[in-house]
Amino acid sequence: MTTAAVPKARSRGDYAKIIGLIFGVLVLIGIIYGYITNPVTTTAVLASTLRQSTPLVLGALCGLIGERSGVINIGIEGQMLMAAFIAFLANVYTGNLFVAVLAGFATGAVLGAFLAFMSVTLKMDQIIGGTVINILALGLTSFFYQTGLTTQGKMQPIPLGPLADIPLIGPIFFDNPPITYTTLILVMLVHYVLFYTRWGLRTRAVGEHPSAADTVGINVFKIRYINVIIGGGIAGLAGAYLTLEAVGSFERAMTNGRGFVALAVMIFGKYTPFGAWGAALLFGFATALQTQLQFAGQLEIPHQFIGMLPYLLTIIVLAGFVGRTRVPSAVGKPYEKE
Amino acid sequence: MTTQTDSKANISQWLMVFWRSAAVPLVAVILALLVGAIILLISGANPLAAYSALAKGAFGTPIAFGRTLEKATPLILGGLAVAFAFKGGLFNIGGQGQLLVGAIVAAAVGFGIDGLPFIIHMPLALLVGSLAGAVYGAIPGALKAYTGAHEVITTIMLNFIAINLTDFMANGPWKDEGIVARTPAIAEAAAIPTWGNIPIGFFFAVVAALATWYLLYRTTIGYEIRTVGFNSNAAKYAGIGVSYTIILTMAISGFLAGMGGAIETLGVVGRYQPGFNAGLGFDGITIALLARTNPIGVIPAALLVGAMQAGSSQMQFDANVPFQIIDVIQALILFFVSADMIVRWIIRVKPEEGEQVTLSTSWG
Amino acid sequence: MNKTNRPIVLEAKGLTKRFPGVLANDNINLKLHQGEILAFLGENGAGKSTLMNMLYGLYTPTEGEIWIKGEKVEMSNPGDAIDRGVGMVHQHFQLVPVMTVAENVMLGSEITSGGGRLNMRKAIQNVRDLSEQYGLAVDPTAVIEDLPVGTQQRVEIIKALYRHADILILDEPTAVLTPQEANELFRIMNDLTAQNVSIIFITHKLKEVLSVADRIGVLRSGQMVGTAMPEDSTETSLAELMVGRNVILQVEKSPSKPKEPVLQIQNLHVRDDRGHASVEGVDLEVRAGEIVGIAGVEGNGQRELVEALTGLRHADSGKIIIDGREITHFNPRQITELGVAHIPEDREKHGLVMPYTLSDNMVLNKYFKAPYAKGVIMHHDKIDQNGQVLVKEYDVRPPNIHALAQNLSGGNKQKVIVAREFSTPTKLLVAAQPTRGIDVGSIEFIHKQIVAQRDQNVAVLVVSAELDEVLGLADRIAVMFDGRIVKILSAAEATRERVGLLMAGSEA
Repeated sequence: MTTAAVPKARSRGDYAKIIGLIFGVLVLIGIIYGYITNPVTTTAVLASTLRQSTPLVLGALCGLIGERSGVINIGIEGQMLMAAFIAFLANVYTGNLFVAVLAGFATGAVLGAFLAFMSVTLKMDQIIGGTVINILALGLTSFFYQTGLTTQGKMQPIPLGPLADIPLIGPIFFDNPPITYTTLILVMLVHYVLFYTRWGLRTRAVGEHPSAADTVGINVFKIRYINVIIGGGIAGLAGAYLTLEAVGSFERAMTNGRGFVALAVMIFGKYTPFGAWGAALLFGFATALQTQLQFAGQLEIPHQFIGMLPYLLTIIVLAGFVGRTRVPSAVGKPYEKE
Repeated sequence: MTTQTDSKANISQWLMVFWRSAAVPLVAVILALLVGAIILLISGANPLAAYSALAKGAFGTPIAFGRTLEKATPLILGGLAVAFAFKGGLFNIGGQGQLLVGAIVAAAVGFGIDGLPFIIHMPLALLVGSLAGAVYGAIPGALKAYTGAHEVITTIMLNFIAINLTDFMANGPWKDEGIVARTPAIAEAAAIPTWGNIPIGFFFAVVAALATWYLLYRTTIGYEIRTVGFNSNAAKYAGIGVSYTIILTMAISGFLAGMGGAIETLGVVGRYQPGFNAGLGFDGITIALLARTNPIGVIPAALLVGAMQAGSSQMQFDANVPFQIIDVIQALILFFVSADMIVRWIIRVKPEEGEQVTLSTSWG
Repeated sequence: MNKTNRPIVLEAKGLTKRFPGVLANDNINLKLHQGEILAFLGENGAGKSTLMNMLYGLYTPTEGEIWIKGEKVEMSNPGDAIDRGVGMVHQHFQLVPVMTVAENVMLGSEITSGGGRLNMRKAIQNVRDLSEQYGLAVDPTAVIEDLPVGTQQRVEIIKALYRHADILILDEPTAVLTPQEANELFRIMNDLTAQNVSIIFITHKLKEVLSVADRIGVLRSGQMVGTAMPEDSTETSLAELMVGRNVILQVEKSPSKPKEPVLQIQNLHVRDDRGHASVEGVDLEVRAGEIVGIAGVEGNGQRELVEALTGLRHADSGKIIIDGREITHFNPRQITELGVAHIPEDREKHGLVMPYTLSDNMVLNKYFKAPYAKGVIMHHDKIDQNGQVLVKEYDVRPPNIHALAQNLSGGNKQKVIVAREFSTPTKLLVAAQPTRGIDVGSIEFIHKQIVAQRDQNVAVLVVSAELDEVLGLADRIAVMFDGRIVKILSAAEATRERVGLLMAGSEA
């Protein structure tokens, strides 16, 4: 009997865990120090961090649901943008914020179905398929957008009773508008579904080894379609967040590359929901800090350089973490029955 | 044994080859225009009026035609940049950023140096601008080669960085006098002239297309780039330096995009100002795929998109249709050209072999 | 033992499968009895896999009927086959490498406890029960990619049993096993048949068929060309039936006349892709005019050894010397230029550029040299001439230099690589799995070419997972196990049994 291929070292994982732990402790110390010296600013920056991270978390969840099932979604940007636009229009014409959020979700889901159609059924190159969505969304939203449309308003924070009064934690976690809450729930929900349910097991199997799934009677196409559609809906929520919760109105190309940053967040988060959440908080923190610094006028750096920050951070994260992250094996490959 | 009948057979064979490679793009364009017409109808416009105004604006007068060529010039180069990277298995969405960097550096050489004769100044500005694009393109190449960061994301991020960077330069160190954020005008000796209504820059772009084709299919460099693009493992096995080739491919791709920006600065705008030719990176993708990544095919594809852009203001004026409709039509062209299964099913043409674009293999 | 009087559990009547341009299976009839092992013998491309895929619901037959347990069935996907008690162990394991044994076993028929939540505890218990009942030792919580192939195969069998399969299809199950592991598998197969499981066993190895099968069916070019009982057959008679002509089972060659050493490997250490030590202190010498064969189960460091020799992988420590020069840190181009030809293990991954024409593929190792290029300018007339000559000399079909590599059969693809690698002056030939998955005709041809190289004083290193190939070709046999060369034997000393034991890590 052979004794081949028993892994002889798992040290890299342990190493990463230790680094993560040290980093976490440092962050915690920093937050506590900040809160003691300047409670108002610290709370504001952290609350803003959570909200800035919301579209990124949602985008990353969209990306990882798709990629876990084997479909690259480079069209998150376009799904967000289109959903932001439709959600905005729904808000303008119905005045009902709930309907508007649903419209955003549905728009994202429809574009998800379109991506699934291109990459699963037509077997197009998945990166080109996503690019089609990005360009189409940019063109359609710019074409149909008219200036001067106004809305009844945007979604307001809902304090969760006494929880919202806890110092520091309350204002950050328990005094948020609905989509931000939903995002926190979605992170946990996606984690649960992906790792503890039948659907999750099948999704991961399809993304790693589709023919293994096929040979035990799992419908690879169906799993991919549904994941990409639900992912699209989640990206749609991110779009709805932009027009209904963050800004309150629509602007051309308002997603500003967030869909791509979300992909970096997904990779940085090692294709796990909680990882993505942590990574998105890092990006959100960078943005929040930048806004705070600009607002306070404490920094003599030209605004263009501050504006570059999230993009530079994305490149650095990608350069440092791609290749160290295990990508689902079958990602990007259309499944062909033998 | 080349006889009369052989050459006849060759012509019909050549026609077959032409049909097989041109049928899908042609049908894709027609389908995109049809769907575009439906969207126009939905928005309450008259598609026929819109399209005829578009055609009039693009080809109606010599001036209009000159403008079409002018618009097509950076599009040829942007399309070449994307098509060239495709051959190396890379997706350069960073044409926009490389173009901006090329444009502003060409402008800097154009306004920063005085007293050079035209024969030196113009080519110098063009070359330095293109090289700046090459350097900016090489960055994502190096990131990919040494860290594995996928170029689709890094090039897009570098686009945003380039926008900020050029914005800063044009509003800071290289700012013209006055309140407008832009660089000073370039020296006359650095300007690319026109020949009647025809911009000379257009010919530069055509020459670039021919040179790109030659480089790809007639040189060892092109063989190496295509080998890496099709199968980087085989390339490594054959002793080709894969990392080096990836960086070189992105640098040449960036050179082409940068050249597009430089020609635009030196031949059209005459200086650099922010907001310059936005969206070219995406146009380049459409054009490259419409040309089925063939460098020569890029010329007609860019002329088509250039004509739409040139005619769009006439369309807005005559038919009251927002010019953004051409972005929609372009996206539809991109879809139908990439979803060639649909088109092939309609016209029953078999796929050409060996020329499929595959990008997603290097993901992650 | 004759089991043909037992009830029929599976029957195919006139099964035919057509693909565009190919008749993969032509009017095939078969009967499988309860508790019987029915072996299917056939070359690569004979249509064995197509037949099994139809029985497992992966393909729909173009014509014909399938009857299972007295019922006519129409199956459109594997789920239908599973429902009727048919299980299949594929040649390429259908296991998700990053998941555990239990997860893989239950995938598709998960045990859940309300709301789709997986019940891992129950699944693990289930796997334990099955492995006890059928004597299939396996740890349900182990991750697949950490398991040796023999164990992975047991997981595949458990997967089928978990789905209550009583008809098992085993597709080339011994391709990746040592002779001893194969014997263990045969024991398991016999245990299973004792519990009334019926087995269809597909292989191209003649010895196995004779030792394990109750009945034998032979496929050739998509047709069932004959059936036989093991007791009435010999290897030679089966081989003739399988190939359709006289086959020489032995490679014909004269005794070797080794000369000066060309390749010297000293205490070489190499890591695999995951960073684990894979080659751990290999010493080996190959002389001009001899063939050294490396025998071993795949995954014992052969791949990394070959990649280090050819510059595709960085060596941790140790020395590689070719023709007196140390090349340990040379790149692939520098090594090729020393006169090293390399037939890579995976022809589609490393050996060919699929969308290139044959003539472009045939200059992959010399495109940058005169007369194919001067400076950076390539000369396509010279490149085509080269292709024309090689295509003819190596009998590549179709003999069209403008055909794309991707449209060739496996054997012809391999011939393109062999032609290219032998077309430059060679001192050392490194051939990894040179005949994997190709037809007998091509195998004979390539073996002859390799021996011809040896006779022209080339030093040859052959790495193969097919023990018979190593035994047939090599003048000396080095057995590799767990990253080390555990023994070097002369051809005379190397019996199947002895090499097999060494491959499994036992000292002989």
